[in-house]
Amino acid sequence: MTAAFELAPQAAQPLLEVTGLSVSFPTDDGLVEAVRGVTYSVSPGEVLGIVGESGSGKSVTSLAIMGLLPPTAQVTGSVKLHGQELVGASYQTMAGLRGRQISMVFQDPISSLNPVYSIGWQLAEAVRAHHDVSKKEALSRSVDLLQLVGIPNAKERAANYPHEFSGGMRQRVVIAMAIANDPDVLIADEPTTALDVTVQAQILETLDIARDATNAAMILITHDLGVVAGVADRVLVMYAGKPVETGIVDDIYYRSQMPYTIGLLNSIPRLDSKGGDELRPIPGSPPSLLNLAPGCPFSPRCDFRIPVCDQEEPALLDVEGIDHQAACHVSAQFAPSATTSEAVQA
Amino acid sequence: MTVSNVVAEPVLQVRNLVKHFPIRSTGLLRRNVGEIHAVCDVSFDVYASETLGIVGESGCGKSTTGRAILNLQPATSGQVLFGGKDVTQLTGHDLRVVRRDMQLVFQDPYASLNPRMTVNDIVAEPLVIHKLGDTKKSRRDTVQDLMKTVGLNPEHGNRYPHEFSGGQRQRIGIARALALEPKVLVLDEPVSALDVSIQAGVVNLLEALQDRLGLSYVFIAHDLSVVRHIADRVAVMYLGRIVELAPRDALFERPAHPYTRALLSAIPIPDPRKERERRRIVLQGDVPSPASPPSGCRFRTRCQVFRDQLDDGQREACIEKIPALEDRGQGHPVACHYPDVEKVV
Repeated sequence: MTAAFELAPQAAQPLLEVTGLSVSFPTDDGLVEAVRGVTYSVSPGEVLGIVGESGSGKSVTSLAIMGLLPPTAQVTGSVKLHGQELVGASYQTMAGLRGRQISMVFQDPISSLNPVYSIGWQLAEAVRAHHDVSKKEALSRSVDLLQLVGIPNAKERAANYPHEFSGGMRQRVVIAMAIANDPDVLIADEPTTALDVTVQAQILETLDIARDATNAAMILITHDLGVVAGVADRVLVMYAGKPVETGIVDDIYYRSQMPYTIGLLNSIPRLDSKGGDELRPIPGSPPSLLNLAPGCPFSPRCDFRIPVCDQEEPALLDVEGIDHQAACHVSAQFAPSATTSEAVQA
Repeated sequence: MTVSNVVAEPVLQVRNLVKHFPIRSTGLLRRNVGEIHAVCDVSFDVYASETLGIVGESGCGKSTTGRAILNLQPATSGQVLFGGKDVTQLTGHDLRVVRRDMQLVFQDPYASLNPRMTVNDIVAEPLVIHKLGDTKKSRRDTVQDLMKTVGLNPEHGNRYPHEFSGGQRQRIGIARALALEPKVLVLDEPVSALDVSIQAGVVNLLEALQDRLGLSYVFIAHDLSVVRHIADRVAVMYLGRIVELAPRDALFERPAHPYTRALLSAIPIPDPRKERERRRIVLQGDVPSPASPPSGCRFRTRCQVFRDQLDDGQREACIEKIPALEDRGQGHPVACHYPDVEKVV
């Protein structure tokens, strides 16, 4: 985990530093280790894409950063924002930071908004939570925000209620709310998963505008490798609660060094590939995070398995490329030319 | 799975299918106050061993079309011809006989399996309903074969649905649909609820089954990448109408309707270099309400061609005339007064 500090060479002092973050939930059946040692950092203006399937711990990681997990969750490790430790911080400290320095956009916009207050009122409330301004000023700021995220007739629409907005419009409102106090870090957790593709394109554009306006670092959590390819600067691939590969976006897609990442890229049908060639699914399914067996959690599904994989969990180590790390015992054998996403194009 | 069978007789013919849902007033009388135009004048053919993809965004009528084909939703008007019979006119026993040849696989493998039935009972249920298989033993054998066919361990037949993962459950749903040896399968978003690494397995299974059993698929999906992989021909729907109907490669490489182009350009490709170079057509606004669709071409309110390239005289046609779905020199039918072929993928 010492490699954390080498992740962001462009900035001396990263904005957000997550080191060895682990989250487990006690259940009747035992301890569920949802996140097992996540380490990454982000710098201002940077977009980090976190990719993984359901249950890989990508959402729990961000909830732990925001301090939004239930009290039963056991969180260890360190999360530093501007050098300030967030793990174990008091409710008051977190309340002062949430929205002001770090804010979050959730997947489902309808449950992120209060149905009985107007959009303008809710935005104004977000502004007034951190700024000592009059209601009138806060309202005019919320109209500006609605305009920024591309809501037509912002002034009239501010008086509307969430049910009068479409899904895409609601997500724009949630983004406006997240940037209302000019945060330094914006976490977007599957922001477009519930939306249609043409609306997804609109929302990704809106997120870009929001990021330009605030110069915030963005953490984009998604299972869609296409979205990450277009938006992210760096990518973190998660599997069974752990990062298994991290690097700049081109290294991950063209010079992947971890069988899980390679398998994911091979298993998705692509819009730009002629049909006919068979998809290569990853056999089996992700392991249960309850009483995880020793060894690499991916080894039961891995084509490149060697005996050591079942005994020892590989650490995230430097591999070829710029700040490119992979957690795999056999990663040395994946020469850049062996990576398949380029072969698919050929 | 090539498109060589175009000359053959279609297995399924859908002609001018219309489905309107009434909007009722709240209160005691529940008067009809309007109609949702869910499916309007949809026609297409499905040939033997062919996959027809129906794509579009939420609310475009693709699922309603699928259900109307099976007469699960009675059509308002139009015909669905299957084996010389109009399915929309059938009831009772006759309908059940036709449904033996046409089965549906649902999107949500969690909601479409009865949690209190074992997998053996779930897969055998269609056989019981249609009184096939003489004895319990012979039915059990059929079920075991079906489980093997879809890649499940037959020994797990006594388990309940909750003991299976999402991908396995979807396989159970497919096994159940195959139990009656149908000719046509309507697949309503069969892989969209599954994780990407699991999706591929189910898609491969569907392709293998088609090759082996000669099934025809109506594959309803919003994910065009999956459709490009599996479909032979693709129909694009927008607000209840088919706007473009073309063989797969023609549609993806030479999309003629402005909506198809916008839809294709909006889909991200998992390839950073290509993504950086691509130009995205971002549509303005939202899909209009199907209760009061725009006059003329239904896409004109969001159309980038209408907005940027047409003069007022040309726009008149879009506002007043409903564009027919016909070949306008693109090699395949397209419902646009000003079609234009452009590469977007």
